Amino acid sequence: MKNDLIVEEMERELMRPGHMACPGCGEASTMRLVLKVLGEKTIVVILPSCVGVISATFPNATFAVPCFHSAFEIAAPTASGIANALKLQGREDVTALAFAGDGGTFDIGLQSLSGAADRNDNFIYVCLDNEAYMNTGIQSSSSTPQNAWTMTTPGGRRGRKKKFMQIIAAHRMPYAATASIGHPLDLMEKVRKAKEIKGMKFIHTLTPCSTGWRMPEDLSVKAAQLAVETKLFPLYEVIDGSEYRITHQPQGLPVSEYLKIQGRFRHFTKDDVDRLQKEVDEDWERLLAQSAMKGCV
Amino acid sequence: MRQLLAGNYAVAEAVRMAKVQLVAAYPITPQTPIYEKLSDMENDGRLTGIMMRTESEHSAMAACIAASLTGVRTFTATASQGLALMHEMLHFASGNRVPIVMCNVNRVISAPWAFGSDQSDSLSQRDTGWLQFYCEDAQEAYDTVIQAYSIAEQALLPVMVAIDGFFTSHFIEPVDIPDQASVDAFLPPFGLPTRFDIDDPAYINNVVNPEQYMGYRQRSFEDMEKTRPIIREVNERYQRIIGRGYGVVEPVNCAGAEIVLVTSGAMTSTARVAIESLREKGLSAGLLKLKGFRPFPTEEVQEVLKDVPKVVVLDRNISLGKEGIWCQELKAALYPLERRPEVHGFIAGICGADVSPDMIEGMVFQALSRAKPERLPTWVRRDG
Ligand SMILES: Cc1ncc(C[n+]2csc(CCOP(=O)(O)OP(=O)(O)O)c2C)c(N)n1
Ligand SMILES: [Mg+2]
Repeated sequence: MKNDLIVEEMERELMRPGHMACPGCGEASTMRLVLKVLGEKTIVVILPSCVGVISATFPNATFAVPCFHSAFEIAAPTASGIANALKLQGREDVTALAFAGDGGTFDIGLQSLSGAADRNDNFIYVCLDNEAYMNTGIQSSSSTPQNAWTMTTPGGRRGRKKKFMQIIAAHRMPYAATASIGHPLDLMEKVRKAKEIKGMKFIHTLTPCSTGWRMPEDLSVKAAQLAVETKLFPLYEVIDGSEYRITHQPQGLPVSEYLKIQGRFRHFTKDDVDRLQKEVDEDWERLLAQSAMKGCV
Repeated sequence: MRQLLAGNYAVAEAVRMAKVQLVAAYPITPQTPIYEKLSDMENDGRLTGIMMRTESEHSAMAACIAASLTGVRTFTATASQGLALMHEMLHFASGNRVPIVMCNVNRVISAPWAFGSDQSDSLSQRDTGWLQFYCEDAQEAYDTVIQAYSIAEQALLPVMVAIDGFFTSHFIEPVDIPDQASVDAFLPPFGLPTRFDIDDPAYINNVVNPEQYMGYRQRSFEDMEKTRPIIREVNERYQRIIGRGYGVVEPVNCAGAEIVLVTSGAMTSTARVAIESLREKGLSAGLLKLKGFRPFPTEEVQEVLKDVPKVVVLDRNISLGKEGIWCQELKAALYPLERRPEVHGFIAGICGADVSPDMIEGMVFQALSRAKPERLPTWVRRDG
């Protein structure tokens, strides 16, 4: 049964070819997988971000579902407005979905995201985290890793990457998860779950950006996999803000494996790498402690 | 039925009777009683739609835009800082052609902090592409909100209904509330299709090129012009069904007048008293109330003032580096006339400062005594 579903989803293509993404774009691959699961009965909210350019330059229309190019800081209240209108119209079989970048989520859209989470409006929010403001040309966001190069942190970013899932968990949404194109079936399974749950759902995806990460374009999936397997970006779910469940047991590769393929970390010293490794190890221990399963499924 | 209502409650009543489906709001003085009253109505089941308690005015407008595009009737209300925070979304609403109705309760904008009535908040949103109407009292506020839905939904442009903070929003006055059947006869249920058709998917608000962008702007501009007959027709229909109406301007004793006082909003009521007193003193003085700000009632104003020698404009707002905003607009509207009246600008009542009939009479006498208008507006303050 489940396998039939997967075949059906795999064959469904709601992202049309010929869009404007750079080769190897992690955002494009993520959106494609998400839409495969959600299907035709979906209304998509997109924002100023690479997605706005990838998918919405007239007369092109990349998504084969209705789409509204909203404003930068309002992914959540836009999706809320659509979801509530659908409820008023008795059309709750249609899913309201928002795609927002890390800038639109961690920074400028944080307040409005928090408001929607508080109301527990019925939609899915997918954060496409490429760890910088890429559309405007690789500027640092609060999702950019510490000491990473961007155009506005040419000597490396001083601040540390915001632990966003902790903020999300604190909102006690019915469903939140991390996911990545390195593990597509895990990602699709999470979207499938989110679709079935009423209320606000948040999926944090790491979307490698070969352009901004200074990396060959055929390494995006590899980078996504390495982020997971080094425990830098573990795959897990948070139910109601309290029940943690790790969905994939990482191999525990050294973080240097992930760092060394990306030009934005080229200037990292051994100290930088060691500091990051220590932080990743500590975070993993904390996640294990939080996880009811204390391990993988 | 006649009820004693504060202006804010009259607005809430209009929203309920217009069968608004989605209200999104955030509190700010002096708008809060609208939000609270609608919450009461939701709580006791009289408001059947969805009430979104957003975390900011910016998000309230964002939610209204999205819900309106999806095909439901929406409302929000705000004031002052809240309206300023919404600014980006105001352009977004008109650009996306959504028929949202918003009540703005005029309040002064910081700095410094204060709360009184002042039109600078909404007048400074002039170029956001919203229709704007200014109301004199609670009754007009009620009627204008109901009319606004009919106008907005025909024009596919958002409408802002402005009422004076405290003077209109909080003062209790008799308000005639029509029965629901009459309102229903005037205002049919929301009839716009969803712009998100699952069976015929399309994009809203793509990235366009300069030629296309300009095309959209021109189209919106032309459609704003086309609201003029719509506003007239809606008012006539309202008059027929409900029994009351308002023009975008209201001239009182302007024919043959040697001087005409121009006002907007709640101050008009005071001006009516002042004009009456001036006429008793033998002066041939008239009053012109301006209700419409966008679209600006250029032809109506020209028609009323074309043979009037002197005009006094009373502004409860100020544009630094120029003058009162109504005064600027009026001068621009009169410029094409062959014989233009003298226009004397007065600034009074900023931040809800008191403006008495005596003070208004004083302004008229001051203007009469001048050989020609001053270059800058005259500030009229109790403390001199
Ligand atoms: C209010 C506002 N400020 C700034 C911008 C300019 N802007 C457009 S896209 C963008 C960057 C988006 O970054 P992110 O959300 O991370 O998405 P990405 O481009 O990386 O996919 C910025 C700053 C805007 N559109 N609106
Ligand atoms: Mg980004």
